[in-house]
Amino acid sequence: MIEGILIGLKTALSLKNILMVMMGCFFGTIIGMLPGLGPMTAIALMIPITYGFDPATGLILMAGVYYGAVFGGSTSSILINAPGIPGTVATSFDGYPMAQQGKAGKALAIAAYSSFAGGTIAAIFLLFAAPSLSKVSLSFRSPDYFALMILGLTAVAAFSSKGQFLKAMMMAVLGLMLASVGQDTLSDIPRFVFNNMNLSDGISFVLVVMATFAMSEALMIILRGTDPSSAAKAISLKELGSIKLDKEETKKTLKTIPRSSIIGFIVGVLPGAGSTIGSFLAYGMERNFVSKEEKEKFGKGSVHGLAAPETANNAACSGSFVPLLTLGIPGSGTTAVMLGALLGFGIQPGPRLYMTNPEIFWSVIMSMYIGMVVLLILNLPLIPYIARILAVPRTFLIPMILFFSVTGIYLMSFNTFDIFLMIGIAIVATGLRLYKFPMPPLILAFVLGGLMEENLRRSLLISDGSFSFLWERPVTAVIIVFTILIVSWQAYQSLKTK
Amino acid sequence: MKISSVKIISLLFFVLSAFYLYTAYQIQVFSFDENAPFNAKTFPIYLGYAGMFLAGLKIILPERLKEEVDHKVLDYKKVIFLVIIMIFYGLTILRVGFFVSTSIFLLLSYYFLGERRWKFMIIFSFPFVAIFMFLLHGLLNIYLRDPFLKYLGIIG
Repeated sequence: MIEGILIGLKTALSLKNILMVMMGCFFGTIIGMLPGLGPMTAIALMIPITYGFDPATGLILMAGVYYGAVFGGSTSSILINAPGIPGTVATSFDGYPMAQQGKAGKALAIAAYSSFAGGTIAAIFLLFAAPSLSKVSLSFRSPDYFALMILGLTAVAAFSSKGQFLKAMMMAVLGLMLASVGQDTLSDIPRFVFNNMNLSDGISFVLVVMATFAMSEALMIILRGTDPSSAAKAISLKELGSIKLDKEETKKTLKTIPRSSIIGFIVGVLPGAGSTIGSFLAYGMERNFVSKEEKEKFGKGSVHGLAAPETANNAACSGSFVPLLTLGIPGSGTTAVMLGALLGFGIQPGPRLYMTNPEIFWSVIMSMYIGMVVLLILNLPLIPYIARILAVPRTFLIPMILFFSVTGIYLMSFNTFDIFLMIGIAIVATGLRLYKFPMPPLILAFVLGGLMEENLRRSLLISDGSFSFLWERPVTAVIIVFTILIVSWQAYQSLKTK
Repeated sequence: MKISSVKIISLLFFVLSAFYLYTAYQIQVFSFDENAPFNAKTFPIYLGYAGMFLAGLKIILPERLKEEVDHKVLDYKKVIFLVIIMIFYGLTILRVGFFVSTSIFLLLSYYFLGERRWKFMIIFSFPFVAIFMFLLHGLLNIYLRDPFLKYLGIIG
């Protein structure tokens, strides 16, 4: 492991990669601060750029964007009560009241220190957990992988649907359908190409991500007439106050960090849960841990109440890399985008990744530390200035997002068919989003489609066409039981509400 | 009786899944693969049935939350304009070239979104695209087809 850490450090500490982390964190913070534009949009816009780099650098850049976006989301939660991303909603419960009391600087500092500590502790967990889990997952067979993918899709659908499980599952099936377009990987038989040569290689992953997130987000902003940059304008005008914490505040923050890190990391590892559930769970748990007197302060500017979700959401971000790096199965929409990008580089994440590409495996883990330091040292003092950059009116912001989306696709294929296909998918996605059909299950399913079919193929061939492979191996059976439990829980919830 | 928009979308999804399933059955597989436990059409067939099943459930089951959207407050006009501009951009990018088509796309987008500060609109179109092209073409060696700039002799 020491050797791996050294390889990772060597790669992550190269000047180019440090610059990439810094750039990623900076860009991520900007996008994360804009309400509605989350890490998935930020990463989607970055993918075409990453293809110009080697895989390790590309992934480091995307990881930086991820952390930056989460941090940026916290900033708008605290200063203007407009969470940039769902994972920072709980941050606003106590962060915004603190800002209203004239302690905006302190709230930002607590958020930054907690994020730093949460991310760092979780990265240490990841350092030890990932190789051990990789060894365990080496014993996994095709049926286990197939079952795991079904579990991942079901869990993401359950958590991202906000009570609309059927809609989310429909989106997952749509994602799988889109992934099946093109030649069959084994027999090269064309499927769903309708004699169109442009479809024979399938639909590009970047195209689907850009269309469903970046482009449809831009169209949604126009459709609703909202101005995301108004948040940034408010931030730049706000008096931040001191960012120095007193002894009492430091003590409270330090008390909260370890327990919230553990909760965040565990929730992050679970498929589908991610930073939103992690932050809410940590907030709720913290309320039970503190004294009665402190409990009263929750919702009115409690230091514990701010530090807990901030620690947990960053810990969950690191945790979500565990299933991606060890099993090759993303646990969230954001890591699904990263998996898609890795597959684009020709790298298959999974238990063998840290043996076949140790520099990627370890450098990503190492870059997490560097990312946290960058966020703390560079981004915190720069918040008011970043906010000023952000005060770009939407009349310029939206065309820029559309420009980067169209150009990103054009530069990858130099084919106008892809541009038209992207516009078409973006229009459909905008319509679906209007009626609360969630997009993360679609992306996850699109990324997993090929792998899922491959593992089902192997499983069915081994069991001679029988579906008994789903319960023959104990590991597969346990995973399937979890999947059934999630579906049953959703059905029960639905009946209970009625 | 008013049918909710979500039910209509689900019905469309049901039709799409049925069409997908029909097309999946039409996939020509090799004759030796026809009776294999798994061939090129197996997975799509399962997906078609899954799509129809889920959409069918959504249509049949009563709705817990009514997800109706107030279309009066939505700005469809601007979105349609933007989509038309994007299609126009897609049509011209290869024929006219990256520089002119992108600059015009940006300029028109700013205008249709309500921007009237011409100084900024010009700066963030032609010079902006020129810098972007220099970064791609000059620094990252990414070739961008541009007949117009080639005609002017700016790029080779």
